[in-house]
Amino acid sequence: MWSGEIRFAVWQLVLKDYRIRYRNMSLGIFWSLLNPLVMMTVYTFVLTRIFVDPRPAFPVFLMCGLIPVSFFNFAWISGTTSLIDNAALIKKVPIPREVVPVASVLSNALHLFIQLGLLIVLALLFGKYPNRYWLLIPPVWALFVCFLCGISMITAPLNVYVRDTRYVVESLNTVMIWLVPVFYSFDRIPEKYHYIYYYNPVSALTMAMRNIVLDERAPASSLIEKFAIVSLASPVIGYFFFQRLKGRFYNHL
Amino acid sequence: MSIVRFSGVSKFFHVNRGPRLLRERLRDVFRGEGPEHRFHALSDISFTVEEGESVAFIGHNGAGKSTLLSLVAGLGPPDEGKVEVKGRVAPLLELGSGFHFDLTGAENVVLNAALLGMTRKRAAELFDRIVEFSEIGAFLDEPVRTYSSGMLMRLAFSVAFHLDAEILIIDEVIAVGDKDFQAKCLARISELQSHGRTLLFVSHSPSIVTQFCKRALWLDHGRLKMDGPAEDVLRSYQGGAA
Repeated sequence: MWSGEIRFAVWQLVLKDYRIRYRNMSLGIFWSLLNPLVMMTVYTFVLTRIFVDPRPAFPVFLMCGLIPVSFFNFAWISGTTSLIDNAALIKKVPIPREVVPVASVLSNALHLFIQLGLLIVLALLFGKYPNRYWLLIPPVWALFVCFLCGISMITAPLNVYVRDTRYVVESLNTVMIWLVPVFYSFDRIPEKYHYIYYYNPVSALTMAMRNIVLDERAPASSLIEKFAIVSLASPVIGYFFFQRLKGRFYNHL
Repeated sequence: MSIVRFSGVSKFFHVNRGPRLLRERLRDVFRGEGPEHRFHALSDISFTVEEGESVAFIGHNGAGKSTLLSLVAGLGPPDEGKVEVKGRVAPLLELGSGFHFDLTGAENVVLNAALLGMTRKRAAELFDRIVEFSEIGAFLDEPVRTYSSGMLMRLAFSVAFHLDAEILIIDEVIAVGDKDFQAKCLARISELQSHGRTLLFVSHSPSIVTQFCKRALWLDHGRLKMDGPAEDVLRSYQGGAA
């Protein structure tokens, strides 16, 4: 029986990932800014100079979609491979196994905070000032993190038994960039597909962020409801799925 | 009161069941998988350990000692039978396996304490004592990558020895380290014994076994071959091995 504190263990694992990641970079957290800046510049150039989209504050519009998609990509992949990356831990220490994928998802949070900081700076530059709906940003992101912990608790054990799982996850990540209205606007989508975009937490978050930052209004309640249902159901389903599979990790790692 | 109880415990490993790809999974589904791939790591093991007792597990490499201790530590369920453990277990299986080479000694101490089951409060209270016990000194804030293997060992030991667990698993780890530190570790082990902790030992050193344990269990090819007073079991084991 393990006698420790789950929160302390998760926190230490997150801290470990953070230290390892940033200590080996001479420019440290600058790299967390560089990647989204490059992506945003390239997309802005292509989409405003080549395919003309005369939308005001286009970089802000883009970042509202790029940040959820890139966090989703990084967090889901690291969550999926977490059990294998920490095989030594799983084989030696009776720490509750759920801690490992959850800590992996959370260790992408610093990267996220830096990017959200960048979004705020861009919003200010384009004349979008803080409004009271900004208070909704932390809770919608908290829901999104719940969603990622849930799906990681499904794909992480699968990846222990079938090591190809990570490639499926990588492909789904590529699909996601087009299933989320990152480059196009939600009003281009035919109405009969709207519910799909509401039930997909990545696109729901993108639209919620645009409502809050660009339109300066609260997201539609039908969107928030569907987003919340999926985001809260996924950790529950993930947890039960994980319980079914965790017993044999020791043999398979 | 017995603190560890094994009743008819078996554990199988599947041969060729390492990392798997989809191709191999599909092949198994279509061809069917027979039980002939199974290999008994432990078969039908029953014993109990009383609270405060120190027990040595001896046997050749691959006899199932580490598998047995991993079941005590709760790293996985047995395939047959029942494992009952009352109390917290400090697994000293392969010391330092949780160390990360880019982190400093101090960071590794706290990380390991958290993973091995120390609370945040206890880790903060015990930090200085752990560091002092390890004799790492000025290297504490250097990355562990720069440590000698002896220093690494000392640090890992110090963390493990300060866990507040009722059951300590000590797997083949006393043999390393210089003489002074070894003596210090042995002293710490007898101190823990006198505090009523239960110790489960794996050691190939007969002198250490007889020094700490009155009782020994001899495992041979996954079976419990002998359970009795340490001297007798050691004598039969060495007689059989010679």
